[in-house]
Amino acid sequence: MSKDVFDVVRDQDVVFVKRRIQETAIKVKMGLVNQTRVITAASEILRNMLRYANGGKCIIEVVTSGRNNGVRVTFADKGPGIPDINLAMKDGYSTGKSLGLGLPGTKRLVNEFDIQSKVGEGTTVTILKWANG
Amino acid sequence: MDRIPILRMGKFLLVTIQVDLYDRLALTLEADLVQMVSKTNAKGLLIDISAVSIVDSFMGRIIGNIAGMSKILDAQTVLVGMQPAVAITLIELGLPLKGVYTALNMEKGMKLLTSMIDDFDDDVAEEADDIIVE
Repeated sequence: MSKDVFDVVRDQDVVFVKRRIQETAIKVKMGLVNQTRVITAASEILRNMLRYANGGKCIIEVVTSGRNNGVRVTFADKGPGIPDINLAMKDGYSTGKSLGLGLPGTKRLVNEFDIQSKVGEGTTVTILKWANG
Repeated sequence: MDRIPILRMGKFLLVTIQVDLYDRLALTLEADLVQMVSKTNAKGLLIDISAVSIVDSFMGRIIGNIAGMSKILDAQTVLVGMQPAVAITLIELGLPLKGVYTALNMEKGMKLLTSMIDDFDDDVAEEADDIIVE
């Protein structure tokens, strides 16, 4: 099982990581629309990680369940953490200048979405998209 | 620093985005375009995103900003060539791009832009008609 770990610290790293996610998605024979969904979802999380936590780590994995293959991406940072996750997951809520679509929008684009955060320690977001899901 | 070229064609400005956008590049494009509209007195803005495979909430906001800012400066914006997968993703993300005119391709976008400006100013439309080679 392939597992790739990347550091994300600069704007341009995002372009690179997105390309690697796309390569992985193609490898598990994911269709174009699902590819677009998972890369867009990753794009949202990567921006949050850069903006609020000054970057972090990104892990790209292929996962298999029965006959279904998929791509799992984990984003881990050592930033300030999110005090109220329920609030952060609400449509239209933002502490920054954004539209507040990032987290809730991302959740709509993927099959599985998990967020763990501790104030002062960091945030870990995991997204999973099945090739046919 | 990387920059996306802006082409001037009569009363219009043309932008074709051919690279993967990252945030700073998109912000630079926004600033450049608004400056160019003011400097060239452009009446219309045609943005081609047919080569763009990902539009996330930030990019969507920049597109909306460009259209809004240009409008205040008396220029209309038409977004052309969006890939179907991008349209699906934008709606699911919750970003319907309200207030941004769109067309399927460059040719239709140019027609839409010309007709919009036609309504406002006949002189401008005459000039613009000369530009379109049938």
